[in-house]
Amino acid sequence: MYRYDEFDAQLVQERVAQFRGQVARRVAGEMTEDEFKPLRLMNGLYLQIHAYMLRVAIPYGTFNAPQMRKLAHIARVYDKGYGHFTTRQNIQYNWITLEQTPDILEELASVEMHAIQTSGNCIRNTTADPYAGAAVDEHEDPRIWAEIIRQWSSFHPEFSFLPRKFKIAVTGAENDRAAVRVHDIGLVIVRNDAGEVGFKVMVGGGQGRTPMIAKTIREFVPKDNLLSYLEAVLRVYNMLGRRDNKYKARIKILVHEVGVEEVTRLVEAEWEAMKQETSVDLPAEERDRIAAYFAPPAFEVLADTDTGFEARKFEDRDFRHWVRTNVKPHRQAGYAIVDISLKPTGGIPGDITADQMDAVADIAEAYAVDSEIRATYQQNLVLPHVRLQDLSAVYDRLVEVGLATGNIGLAGDIIACPGLDYCDLANARSIPVSQAISERFADLNRQYDIGPLEIKISGCINACGHHHVGHIGILGVDRKGEEHYQLTLGGRADDAAAIGKITGPGFSADGIVDAVETVVETYLTLRLDPAERFIDTLERLGFQPFKERLYGAKAA
Amino acid sequence: MSLKALKANRLIDGEAVWLTEAGGWSDRVSAARTEGDAEGHATLEQIGVQATADSLVVNAELIDVEFRDGAPVPTKLKERIRALGPTVRLDLGKQSEPKSRLQEVA
Amino acid sequence: MALIKNGTQVSDQWITADDDTPVQADIPTIVSYKRFLAERETLVRSRAELGVKVSPGEDVTALERDLARLQVIALDFPKFTDGRSYSAARILRQRLGFEGEIRATGDVLRDQYLFMQRAGFDSYEVNDGVEARQWLDAVREFSHYYQPAPNGTSAVWARRHAHLAAAAE
Ligand code: HEM
Ligand code: SF4
Repeated sequence: MYRYDEFDAQLVQERVAQFRGQVARRVAGEMTEDEFKPLRLMNGLYLQIHAYMLRVAIPYGTFNAPQMRKLAHIARVYDKGYGHFTTRQNIQYNWITLEQTPDILEELASVEMHAIQTSGNCIRNTTADPYAGAAVDEHEDPRIWAEIIRQWSSFHPEFSFLPRKFKIAVTGAENDRAAVRVHDIGLVIVRNDAGEVGFKVMVGGGQGRTPMIAKTIREFVPKDNLLSYLEAVLRVYNMLGRRDNKYKARIKILVHEVGVEEVTRLVEAEWEAMKQETSVDLPAEERDRIAAYFAPPAFEVLADTDTGFEARKFEDRDFRHWVRTNVKPHRQAGYAIVDISLKPTGGIPGDITADQMDAVADIAEAYAVDSEIRATYQQNLVLPHVRLQDLSAVYDRLVEVGLATGNIGLAGDIIACPGLDYCDLANARSIPVSQAISERFADLNRQYDIGPLEIKISGCINACGHHHVGHIGILGVDRKGEEHYQLTLGGRADDAAAIGKITGPGFSADGIVDAVETVVETYLTLRLDPAERFIDTLERLGFQPFKERLYGAKAA
Repeated sequence: MSLKALKANRLIDGEAVWLTEAGGWSDRVSAARTEGDAEGHATLEQIGVQATADSLVVNAELIDVEFRDGAPVPTKLKERIRALGPTVRLDLGKQSEPKSRLQEVA
Repeated sequence: MALIKNGTQVSDQWITADDDTPVQADIPTIVSYKRFLAERETLVRSRAELGVKVSPGEDVTALERDLARLQVIALDFPKFTDGRSYSAARILRQRLGFEGEIRATGDVLRDQYLFMQRAGFDSYEVNDGVEARQWLDAVREFSHYYQPAPNGTSAVWARRHAHLAAAAE
């Protein structure tokens, strides 16, 4: 993974000092809240219902054991002993004080981490495939480019006061595990006919109030020109994106209102003009310097299978099940990718205690190559490179700390935003709903039978919980002071990304759990065979049978 | 005229606080000063504006409250959660204090 | 209003005229973008030193043919959160080669000086009481930058590789 050199280290240190000064001026009353808020947001600091919330970046989801230990330390010393992994490969702390934030940032800097641009109307933490460098279906490691984008976008002199936030995601694999189609810019690493590597660029995806799937504006940007191309897109957006209405300020609205052809034309013209100017594109030496950090680690030469591993799978049913859902094939013989579910039955999606963080760090240190860990947008963790022969030990250690729930990709693997329990913008609670659904489907055998199913819950239309792209999506609304939940079906975040549609009238907090169960039961009776996934059955049969079961034949 | 209290978050630590009778800020809604008429509401509002200008608090706002068991309690769910803590992680913070459980107040 | 230019407090020689005030030959005058385009013929032939004030949303490339005639272009920030003038400054410096003064006006605050400087601004209309020293402190908060910028600072990678090259010798 990338390591800071003296320059990166100094920059992050200087950023901490700068924020310390800003906090001091704010506390001394030299700055109003209106002046200060954009500055604290650009350092990841929100004010929530109960306290400040700090959002720490895990750039493109990659970190390691020492960094995880630091996150645990921060949870213990500055928070209430836990943290929350988000849907954008960040971690949030819910009980932070303004006064201590500069110290926390200083702690983060000591392990090459930061909270820079995790909020605010600027270019946010770039997200990437959590299986990068390990996945079987990968063309090129997206993290090289995510790091290049991280550096280019940090403290950008032109794009720090955009109309609205701006999120970029990169994938280098056949299957999209980074939800690139619901980002402001989605980048897919591709090869052109000449065999050169470059990027397919999609623009204008997003969730929130007006969910949209990104549209392709260029099939191929040579990789060495990526930054100048991004700069052209950002300039068009900065100049033309709406600033009169915050709900219409994302680039998706610009694309929608002006048309994708016109946006493409403007970007191309801007890019062409930029070619005559001092280029932001990196020289080859710098690109190679960064790429070298992502060279494959020193894998051992191992056999394809491991007898101990096979034997345990044979003997131990729980282990076998865990492997089936939480272990993925690795490109290197004798290795595997391990998913760590942060969705225990009845738990809070994405939450992890300081002790569990330390345990994950210990496990990564003992068994994962270079002690690497990843964070996923599904609010789970990943150990990307584990030897097959170590899976048994890893599993046992995860069981000890309650992190071996074998439900990745299943009904219990629910995405949920913090909702009204923490979030000042919420209309309704999301966590208790997710807990209730998780309890309802507590039986893992039932989850295995149901198969792949993505349930996603947001506490308001901002859609932090990705409900629009859930196979089953739940949106909390406020109906005359009561919590009320809308149900959507058919969303997906993968290569066939789609926005779910509302089934009909919403449900009460209890009713929504029953409704989800009704939808699932309907699927089970209608599927052709167990291999037909929920989303396939829904696409084959449409909404009608589900609506009939939910609302009765008459209403449907 | 509805009964109102003044809530805010303390600037320095973000803690949810309510204006008290004595003119201070308490992290307990039970200590909140309440006002039931237009004049009282205006006074609370004015105090909020001043405390904001003095960089003591942010997000100062009047909220609806009612008396239960002799103490003010917010009527709206979000404000109840602010006063009594999240409805999850009942092992921590205010929400771990049996008397302040949201369920008992709701 | 005070004016900080190139790191020192200077007295402002310029007046910003509203659209009905005649431009006088001996008074350096900043006129609005709309007025400049409307009265361009007369204005460029006048003997006054001229500047133009451009608001976000107005296109600086329309000034291209007259840039040699303009001493000052004032780019406005109606609110500091409106970042369009950063793009305008870079276009003026990097695309159109404007070498005159680019002045930041409006909501010009300490924590944005550095962004402005790096985008190509070189003068700042600030509130009375703001001292040049504060401006200097603000623009010195960082030693390196990840991007090359029109104010001449090179990107950190230029230093990285100069450094590597030196170390390799
Ligand atoms: C708790 C405090 C939080 C606040 C105040 C907050 C605020 C917001 C707001 C205002 C939006 C809407 C932006 C827009 O499109 O106009 C938003 C969207 C979003 N937030 Fe959050 N958020 C919070 C927590 C989270 C968490 C915990 C996650 C991850 C689980 C998250 C991830 C996202 C995502 C993915 C979106 C959708 C972005 C899109 O439109 O593509 N946020 N958030
Ligand atoms: S979706 Fe709404 S309620 Fe949930 S975290 Fe985002 S802003 Fe808050």
